[in-house]
Amino acid sequence: MKTGEINLPENVLAFLHSIGENKSLNAYNSVFREEALSKADSIAGKISSGDHGKLAGMVISVKDVISIKDKPMTSSSAILKNFSPVYSATVIERLLAEDAIIIGKTNSDEFAMGSTNETSAFGFVRNPVNREYVPGGSSGGSAASVAARLCDVSLGSDTGGSIRQPASFCGVYGFKPTYSIVSRYGLTSYASSFDTIGPIANNISDIAIVMDVISGHDPKDSTSSQLPPANFSVPEKLPEGLKIGLPLEYLGEGLDPQIKSFLDSFINRIRSRGIKVEPVSLPHTSYAVAAYYILTTAEASSNLSRYDGVRYGHRSLNNSDLNEMYTLSRTEGFGDEVKLRIMLGTYVLSAGYYDAYYKKAQKVRRLIKNDFDAVFSSVDLIIAPTTPHIGKKIGDGFTDPLQMYLGDVYTTSANLAGIPALNIPAGYSDSGLPVGLQLMANCFNDKLLLDFGREVR
Amino acid sequence: MDMSPALVPVIGLEIHVQLKTATKLFCGCSAKFGDEPNSNVCPVCLGHPGALPVLNKKAIDFAILLGIACNSTISGKSLFERKNYFYPDLPKGYQISQLEKPVCLGGYIFAGDKKIALNRIHVEEDAGKSIHLHDGTTAIDLNRSGVPLLEIVTEPVICSAAEAVEFLSSLRTIVRYLDICDGNMEEGSLRCDANVSVMPAGSGILGVKTEIKNMNSFRNTEKAINYEIERQTELILDGGKVTQETLLWDPDSGSARIMRSKEESNDYRYFPDPDLVEFSISGEWTEQLKMIMPEMPRARFDRYVKDHSLSPYDAGVITQSRELADFYEAVASITSDFKSSANWIMTDVLRLLNERKITVNQFPVPPEEIASLINMINSGEISNKIAKMVFDEIADSGEKAADLIERKNLRQISDSAGLEKMIDEVIARHPAQAEEFRAGKEKVFGFFIGQIMKESRGKANPKLVNIILSGKLGKSAVGN
Repeated sequence: MKTGEINLPENVLAFLHSIGENKSLNAYNSVFREEALSKADSIAGKISSGDHGKLAGMVISVKDVISIKDKPMTSSSAILKNFSPVYSATVIERLLAEDAIIIGKTNSDEFAMGSTNETSAFGFVRNPVNREYVPGGSSGGSAASVAARLCDVSLGSDTGGSIRQPASFCGVYGFKPTYSIVSRYGLTSYASSFDTIGPIANNISDIAIVMDVISGHDPKDSTSSQLPPANFSVPEKLPEGLKIGLPLEYLGEGLDPQIKSFLDSFINRIRSRGIKVEPVSLPHTSYAVAAYYILTTAEASSNLSRYDGVRYGHRSLNNSDLNEMYTLSRTEGFGDEVKLRIMLGTYVLSAGYYDAYYKKAQKVRRLIKNDFDAVFSSVDLIIAPTTPHIGKKIGDGFTDPLQMYLGDVYTTSANLAGIPALNIPAGYSDSGLPVGLQLMANCFNDKLLLDFGREVR
Repeated sequence: MDMSPALVPVIGLEIHVQLKTATKLFCGCSAKFGDEPNSNVCPVCLGHPGALPVLNKKAIDFAILLGIACNSTISGKSLFERKNYFYPDLPKGYQISQLEKPVCLGGYIFAGDKKIALNRIHVEEDAGKSIHLHDGTTAIDLNRSGVPLLEIVTEPVICSAAEAVEFLSSLRTIVRYLDICDGNMEEGSLRCDANVSVMPAGSGILGVKTEIKNMNSFRNTEKAINYEIERQTELILDGGKVTQETLLWDPDSGSARIMRSKEESNDYRYFPDPDLVEFSISGEWTEQLKMIMPEMPRARFDRYVKDHSLSPYDAGVITQSRELADFYEAVASITSDFKSSANWIMTDVLRLLNERKITVNQFPVPPEEIASLINMINSGEISNKIAKMVFDEIADSGEKAADLIERKNLRQISDSAGLEKMIDEVIARHPAQAEEFRAGKEKVFGFFIGQIMKESRGKANPKLVNIILSGKLGKSAVGN
């Protein structure tokens, strides 16, 4: 960041002004006006004295499922409407330690469950590219805030595509890192073994520098990797003979032909630069969405048990006994999509069904991981579409949730396997909507993924 | 006439022991008992959104130690699972526990001379505490939420309430020896649930079982199990059938009431906790713990009976607590007189512990001082009687035994010439009694002993007095 050239307080004011102008996008659940401005002042002072952090002055929005001490965190749910955490997530502490300015919390699907941002208890978010369209989800507010220039970077979370899909719908970069390299401490759990925090931005450089700051081992997260973090913001030359795999299973029925043609032209472009692209096979792809929904709903049904009205969050006052208090608090507090997933997850973990669903889905997860391991033994990266469809109109609801779930067909595999994946904007459709493509790498090859994304942008 | 075989009880126990770790199982909060309610809490043990568990390895150490002490198999790989249910004192809506891969499998503990087989020992977190107030509301204290527990599950091989209590007592001694749990049932640091059923003797076919909870003392455990055995036996003899249910023991009424029936039982939907990772327990980890393992009560008992020639009764009392056994060994290692050392523990030490209601660690007389008293008795420097007096006095003053004996000049008179002179004088003073003795009235010998001890203010060496007096009065020495 060319810190010397901009006036930080003015810059923050400009962002705040844009946020005000774009209220109708409904991208933000809360905005920290005064704090952002005073932070801008103090960081400007640090910059002039030369004693500033890596992200000095970068304006960041944060998906409202990540804890910031004493700031409301709703997870876009009525059940946490008046909740403020008593601690900050590790990623927040790391951002603040490097002098980032957090400007607000962004809207999302309720508890990050959804692909359109329409399950939010606080209303849908509009796509800044075309306001009749959804921004995608679940990190819809985050992607919209970046696309509409209401911040420099947004932190989203990705459990089955929730960073990449909205990034694709809004025409921005969205990065889901390798599971375990960014601490989940302070991220409201949806499905713990899938949830990954990652940045959404207008360019790879911003993604890389934020990754430098937020990645790395955290003793507060037992699933966090012990490996030393890569130096993402210093690009390296791509290795000689780099090979890209094109998974045939991602090109079948259901893929919008316009997306396919963007993919083709991208492939032609990189081939013309001497990079090899070859077909590969991920044979268990068709089982990914089913396995994903069994496993994530199972984990979610347990993760969301803590919202019981006892200690914090919404408590129904119409209760006459304990069971009614639980039932009504949760009935009133959760939206339909969340309830659906809790029920599904409870079902698949129930006695008599556990082996048929949960255990089998775990096996599928292992097979999908094996598929990727096999492919990455012959290629370095995978290129694929991010979504099968281009955009979706607001309120053009899915009557069949299954149809919505199938929209996740290209994104869930990366979460099942824990591998990093990046959405890069590829262009605009005939109707003027953004189209994104997805790059994937093997676990812990995040740096190569970002370097490649930067190289071919 | 009823020829059907008698019904015999089959009992299995599930025991929770609260571990004495400094901090909780998955967060850094203090695990201390009895602090101001809700003072030892944090986002993790309060179940706040986004807070994640981090395993306290110390609790695994403790589980492995107990596993070694019970001859269990220590699992190479272990993991935590979630047990899902709703309860107001369970902040996350699930308890982190172990199902598929507990830290320890199998093993046994002696109840008397019978080996009681264990099914498993696993690690889990405790829930908070619901406190039902007089106004009908319920308050919740989450200080206990996340405190580490070990659950010890026996096979259904216990045959009576008395045997169950004997098992519990052995287990308590073991956890106290290992210093991993207070073993205090009243305070809840050791909790016992019993699965009870009855079956026709020799049939080998287990009957329908019930589970009894809330037995908060050894006595209540015994009463509750006996109550349930009788209830089931009568029910069956009356032609009824036992239904599977969970009962809550009420110590006040001495009866149990139904807490929930089988239909109401929870489906806990166990699954591996995705916030924690499977962990390995290396042979090295176990070996290191073996090195710091104290000698277990049963091994000590055997050693005391075999090598120290103590009576099984004395050995049993002394090995009841590790502190007492350590105290005994400290005395015995100095004196090499196991019998006397044990006697002092069994009488004076235990008496003072009871009188003052103190623990061995608070005992006012150090083992070296008791050893020195025993050594002085054995060398004839002081009498047994003087030793006991000195013991009582230094227990109050904290003075060293040798100093007190020196200061008060309590050493025995073992100087023959001096004693002879004293005895001559005493005989001369009581010619009539001397005459009586010589005429055959042997009882008078005791009178002379008494007079001589009085004259020496208890310090005359009784053995010597006996010999000299016998000589003077013309009699073979009494006693030895």
